Amino acid sequence: MNKKQYEKIVKKHTPKEDRFINALSAFIFGGLLGVLAEAITKLLRVIFNLTVLDATVWMMIVFIFTACLLTALGVFDKLTTFFKAAIIIPITGFAHSVTSAALDYKQDGLIQGVGSNCFKMAGSVILYGVISAFILVIIGVIINV
Amino acid sequence: MTYLYAFLFVGLLCLIAQVIIDNTCLTFGHVTSMFVVLGAILGFFDIYDKIIEFAGAGASLPITSFGNLLYHAGLDGYLQNGILGIFQNMLSTTSAGITATVVFAFLMTLIFKPKD
Repeated sequence: MNKKQYEKIVKKHTPKEDRFINALSAFIFGGLLGVLAEAITKLLRVIFNLTVLDATVWMMIVFIFTACLLTALGVFDKLTTFFKAAIIIPITGFAHSVTSAALDYKQDGLIQGVGSNCFKMAGSVILYGVISAFILVIIGVIINV
Repeated sequence: MTYLYAFLFVGLLCLIAQVIIDNTCLTFGHVTSMFVVLGAILGFFDIYDKIIEFAGAGASLPITSFGNLLYHAGLDGYLQNGILGIFQNMLSTTSAGITATVVFAFLMTLIFKPKD
């Protein structure tokens, strides 16, 4: 069997991912998560008589807790295959990356494993968020002086 | 109407992310970092506050709101206490998200075993 035949066989057996379906499911499920977030916030405001800001923070904590729990139960990765980017881009993706990294390195101990690896992926979000915000604040201050 | 705008905004962000991932060699890590920077830039031009007015809590859910909150917290810090205020205040509003993530992730790590 030469190289070309081999490539043909490989191509035949690689699972095809429909990009249109992927994008559509990301759009629909992402949108539904946004609606759910708004609904939970409204519900919290009505039931506990909270301000908008407090209710929003509680809503985010609820989402983070759910994402952490689903990751620990091993469900989150299966959900990602259906929902695609819809649960990675919201705050749930941030919580998932911390929890999964911490769980993966649990065997290396609490300090060398969990402690030094839990921000492996979420670290980039915090790093570039802080750096870009800092630069933009400085730019804004210079412009307004 | 808030629900419709929340649906469209979060859906559109996820759509963009999925298209980027499917058509380039970038991973979710790249895209989330890009979106945080995008959120800070939208906050800089005061666009994100208007999006929150329309889309409500739905706009606070994506990772872009993280960048927006960081920028506004830094700016508030500057207005309160000058340059020192930027350093003191930068992470104040995002503190809830980071703290909740760390606490719950650590609890789950203690309770559960990794599954493959």
